[in-house]
Amino acid sequence: MAAVSLSAVSKKFGPNTVVDKVDLAIEAGEFVVILGPSGCGKSTLLRMIAGLEATSDGEIQIGDVVVNDLEPRARGCAMVFQNYALYPHMTVAENIGYALKVAGLPKADRIARIQSVAQMLGLGEFLDRKPMQLSGGQRQRVAMGRAMIREPKVFLYDEPLSNLDARLRVAMRAEIRRLHQRLGTTSLFVTHDQVEAMTLADRIVVMNQGRIEQIGTPDEIYRRPASAYVASFIGSPGLNLLRVNVSTNDGHIKFGDGQLLAYDRKIWKNLQDGPVTFGFRAEEARLASDGRGLSIRFSFSEELGSSRLIYGAVADEEAVLMIDHDEKFSADETAALSIPNSAMQFFSAETGRRIS
Amino acid sequence: MIERTPLLNVTTYIVLCIGALMVFIPLWLVFVGATLTVREINIPELHLIPGNHLFENLSAAWERGHLGERLTNSLIMSLGVATGKVAMSAITAFGLVYFRFPGRMLIFWLIFITLMLPLEVRIVPTYAVAANALWPFQSILDATGISGIIASLTGIQLALEWNLLNSYTGLILPLIATATGTFLYRQFFLTVPDELLEAARMDGAGPFRFLTEFLIPLSRANMAALFTIMFLYAWNQYLWPLLATPDRAGFGTTAVVELKMLAPNVSTTGGGTPDWNVAMAGCLIVMLPPLLLVAFMQRYFVRGLIATEK
Ligand SMILES: Nc1ncnc2c1ncn2[C@@H]1O[C@H](COP(=O)(O)OP(=O)(O)OP(=O)(O)O)[C@@H](O)[C@H]1O
Ligand SMILES: [Mg+2]
Repeated sequence: MAAVSLSAVSKKFGPNTVVDKVDLAIEAGEFVVILGPSGCGKSTLLRMIAGLEATSDGEIQIGDVVVNDLEPRARGCAMVFQNYALYPHMTVAENIGYALKVAGLPKADRIARIQSVAQMLGLGEFLDRKPMQLSGGQRQRVAMGRAMIREPKVFLYDEPLSNLDARLRVAMRAEIRRLHQRLGTTSLFVTHDQVEAMTLADRIVVMNQGRIEQIGTPDEIYRRPASAYVASFIGSPGLNLLRVNVSTNDGHIKFGDGQLLAYDRKIWKNLQDGPVTFGFRAEEARLASDGRGLSIRFSFSEELGSSRLIYGAVADEEAVLMIDHDEKFSADETAALSIPNSAMQFFSAETGRRIS
Repeated sequence: MIERTPLLNVTTYIVLCIGALMVFIPLWLVFVGATLTVREINIPELHLIPGNHLFENLSAAWERGHLGERLTNSLIMSLGVATGKVAMSAITAFGLVYFRFPGRMLIFWLIFITLMLPLEVRIVPTYAVAANALWPFQSILDATGISGIIASLTGIQLALEWNLLNSYTGLILPLIATATGTFLYRQFFLTVPDELLEAARMDGAGPFRFLTEFLIPLSRANMAALFTIMFLYAWNQYLWPLLATPDRAGFGTTAVVELKMLAPNVSTTGGGTPDWNVAMAGCLIVMLPPLLLVAFMQRYFVRGLIATEK
């Protein structure tokens, strides 16, 4: 278990800056998820911590040691790769125990530790098989076992669940969480799946184009996204974002089609006249029973079982609403939305940063 | 594209059978020839039924061709070439694929160029070097005037000499020095996923371990194929052993070169009836070791080709 800290870490591939001055402090024992869209530099960041990629700039510290110039093996990290990278010519037992073999542990000790790791992961009966003869989920476990057996200071996971089917993914997610509770090893988990991030993380790091957009607990990130980008990325569906104009004098915002919506000037003191991005959660707006509110034209719905999503347009911009299953609505009708002040969020139209 | 229609099947079989026959008939004629007497084989008609003098002919060929010693020579040379080639190819390809060092591309192209220089093309300089492996150094010393300086200072006339003719080293080394195997290995190493290397590095394996515990076990099928091909290549060499072993009475030569001596000519038959039956028997003996090797090795590389482990 060790703290990991990055200060102003950058990575350039030729002229492209893939990771741009990232500062990140991870406490010992913390489970941090790095979340971001494809190509935003998540893997690159992880690989720099692992030592598989050199940093172009900045400093990486694991525990009290600056590791920039250390070989991967000297850094004390273990990594689980997206496609597992199991050793095809070795049995499961050899795969799991390879690091110990390299470290020169006596065979008897090795076997004992392989046994206990295999036990923990439910791999006991597969120890003599080759990776080829395992299912995807079993391979995933072997990859985990290979990382666990070294009792590393830091676990690095690079989208380890993305090759599994939906049910297995949920099961493995729970398992990873359980393992973390049991072992308490500092973990960094890269994913582009926000559900994975929300369920696993102590803290989430949202990345976009090589920069960190926001660092926070899942709750903070969900409730108070630091930017419109984070807001649209987190939650399913993401935050509804609409372009509006603020009039501080009258205390209302004006939509593209001229509709007005009043807001509480005491809460939103920092709003200024002019264009902003207005946001609200699909589940926090209600259909107004008295027919007064923001008018929305519905087009189609998605059934979720306990609830349903209805898609529509406010002033020609797309918006989604989540309603209870037995609430009535019919497609192609116009309805009124009531959005309480507590559900309103505002973001700067230029920078996308949150206005509080 | 695999298409199955009765007509296509029949045609395929016919073509395959014709091909097999074309390969097999000459071999059969050699075998039949090796079972006949001198008289029978010199009757001008085609024999298709074996006679019953096989063992006489085999032992005559064995004695006259000193095949015991010659086969030993061939075996040592072929094993040496095949082993040396596999080892050298694996190591050079490893260096080229997995290390970044200055001049890497230059070395790559230098190795590549040797593909265009088979032994037959460079046989004269190769012979000169084999006759005195230190000759290139001597020439450099002479050309730069260093040997003159040494002579005037110490009075010793520098004459470096290391004769490789009539030795296994001389037979083997020039055949190892080609690039084919290096390319085979390079191609294979390039298909090994990077993540395997990265996982191994995370587990603490250094370059040497990665070579011996990953690349070599993973390339077993390649190795079997390359070993077999190089063994056959070395075994079938004619020109180089012929030149490199002038001392027939002492060191002897290889079995394939010796076959030439078994073929009847005026000096061996003394003007008598040419005994092709003995020459054919010699052929049979000399063919046997490569045949056994292929039969034995093919399981490995065919299995390697079928059960591709990624
Ligand atoms: N070796 C490399 N050389 C040049 N560019 C690279 C290299 N590796 C990655 N990149 C570029 O860096 C960017 C970030 O790559 P990275 O693999 O970190 O993305 P990612 O966030 O992990 O995406 P994904 O979710 O698809 O895995 C990409 O635009 C990629 O093209
Ligand atoms: Mg990635």
